[in-house]
Amino acid sequence: MIKQNKKKEDIIKRLTHICGKVRKNIVWTLGELGTGHSGPSLSIVEILVVLYFYEMKVDPKEPNWHQRDIFVLSKGHGALGLYAVLAERGFFSHSELETFESLGSILQGHPDARLTPGVELSTGSLGQGLSFTVGTAIAAKLQKRDYRSYCLIGDGESQEGNIWEAAMSASKYHLDNLVCIVDYNGIQGGITKIVMPSLEPFADKWRAFGWNVIELSDGHNLSLLIEGFSQARKTMNIPTIIIAHTIKGKGVSFMENNPEWHSNKLEGEYKIRAYEEVGL
Amino acid sequence: MNVPHLSLSKRQTASLRESLGKGLLELGRKNNKIVMVNADLTNSVKSIYFSKEFPDRTIEVGIAEQNMIGVASGLAKMGYIPFCLTFARFASKRAADQISMCVDYSRNNVKIVGAYAGIFTGRQGVSQQTIEDTATMRAMPNMTVIDTADVYEVKAALAFAAQYDGPVYIRVGRDEWPVVFDETYRFNLGKGQVLREGSDIVLLNSGLLLSYVLEAAELLKSRGINAAVVNMPSVKPIDRDMIVSLAETVGAFVTVENHSILGGFGGAVSEVVCETVPVPIERIGIRDEYSESAPNEDLARKHKLTPIDIVEASVRVLRRKNDRSKT
Repeated sequence: MIKQNKKKEDIIKRLTHICGKVRKNIVWTLGELGTGHSGPSLSIVEILVVLYFYEMKVDPKEPNWHQRDIFVLSKGHGALGLYAVLAERGFFSHSELETFESLGSILQGHPDARLTPGVELSTGSLGQGLSFTVGTAIAAKLQKRDYRSYCLIGDGESQEGNIWEAAMSASKYHLDNLVCIVDYNGIQGGITKIVMPSLEPFADKWRAFGWNVIELSDGHNLSLLIEGFSQARKTMNIPTIIIAHTIKGKGVSFMENNPEWHSNKLEGEYKIRAYEEVGL
Repeated sequence: MNVPHLSLSKRQTASLRESLGKGLLELGRKNNKIVMVNADLTNSVKSIYFSKEFPDRTIEVGIAEQNMIGVASGLAKMGYIPFCLTFARFASKRAADQISMCVDYSRNNVKIVGAYAGIFTGRQGVSQQTIEDTATMRAMPNMTVIDTADVYEVKAALAFAAQYDGPVYIRVGRDEWPVVFDETYRFNLGKGQVLREGSDIVLLNSGLLLSYVLEAAELLKSRGINAAVVNMPSVKPIDRDMIVSLAETVGAFVTVENHSILGGFGGAVSEVVCETVPVPIERIGIRDEYSESAPNEDLARKHKLTPIDIVEASVRVLRRKNDRSKT
């Protein structure tokens, strides 16, 4: 955990270094095990690193610590990204990554609340995580406690009606202790957004639902992310959504913005190139 | 437990949904960890009593059942005991995936009450009825599934759910309905209750047709047939031992439920019987068809759920039991 009173450049340097390690872990798992959602996991690295190493109060040795902040990866197919960050943060050993998606593993293909230390809700069936996080945020209000609730959703996931039901409740209950982050990478499944129902005007939709909207032009910029979370903390009475414009597959050149790498086997020439690019 | 006979026409009636609302209110007064997450319908399912007395412990998400379940899961995660009251159809169909992932698989301590369960839903027709909710819910690995026969069973089921650690689904009817039990009634998880002894055939009931079943037993007696009556509010876990024991000692079953004959209580009993002591069995329930808008008595007749229908089914089963014993 990086103390927030350190110099800004030191913080960014340290976080950048951690992002590099996390990307290595993700690519290594993809390459060695030949499985996983590469694009969706790589696009959320910076968001997760800022959350787990700067923004949130958590205790890796006590995943159910009573005072912890809550994080839900509602876009559960980004699981590998979450696991790589949780491992780096110390929730479990890096060696667990070798067991990803194998029989008996604590690391399931999508996040599992019962098996994995640090996972609050079993997700993967899209659209459900924001409702849960609304619940944890309401609980905080009822109990007058100051823990915060964070939920990371996908842009494709925002097509689910369940997301908008949760959005209505969040503003109704003035959940200024709730932050939703959208991994707005413009690609879902194996298709670009052009053939899907349009989400635009996305920011306007959230404003219309009573949310404070923070739009980050670069969802991989650590400074912008830190600043975004800081602004969210200062926003009273309404929930905040951070629309982080990201690049699917960020960090591996041939995966970036490429729908084919939503989930694809990393092998052969591709594996060699990917390993080189992340420094494995 | 032996319940003395009282003819159907003489039985007192009491409103099932009123007992639901009042029962939850009583529980809420005793335990302040109990909260409610509503998706509208507060006047239909009578969650209004709790909401009025405990507005701060009531979360209203509007007509958004999927959100209701997710919000309840988050509250459960942080130590509350959330009750979600809605129509059985909306719980078991619209929010089924959310129940499966956020409640059942994630094992969050959420209690779901499916009111208006079955077909007797105030003449409102198919969109407000459901005949497959038991089938859906009991196929969820961690779910406890309870059906309720009368107002006392409703209150007991609620009280059980409030102190039980794990997901629970409770079926409740709607209307003024014959009372069978009294305030001494207690719910026991996984246990059936023998309400009437009998050696020729066993009538197994789950849910609000219990008074019809008791009536049928009395009609059978006048025909010289000795029918036992067993009530099984606990559909999952079901009382396997009792089912096996009755199959061995009596050897003929009729199951009765306010639900499809596919996959519900009759299905659950059949599963046990087929793998242990196969005996002749007939399922009384909705025969894989949709119901309609009509008064309760007309629906009971249409779908062959009346005491006479139970009697006729019993006679058919006994014929098969006797034919078998001849071979």
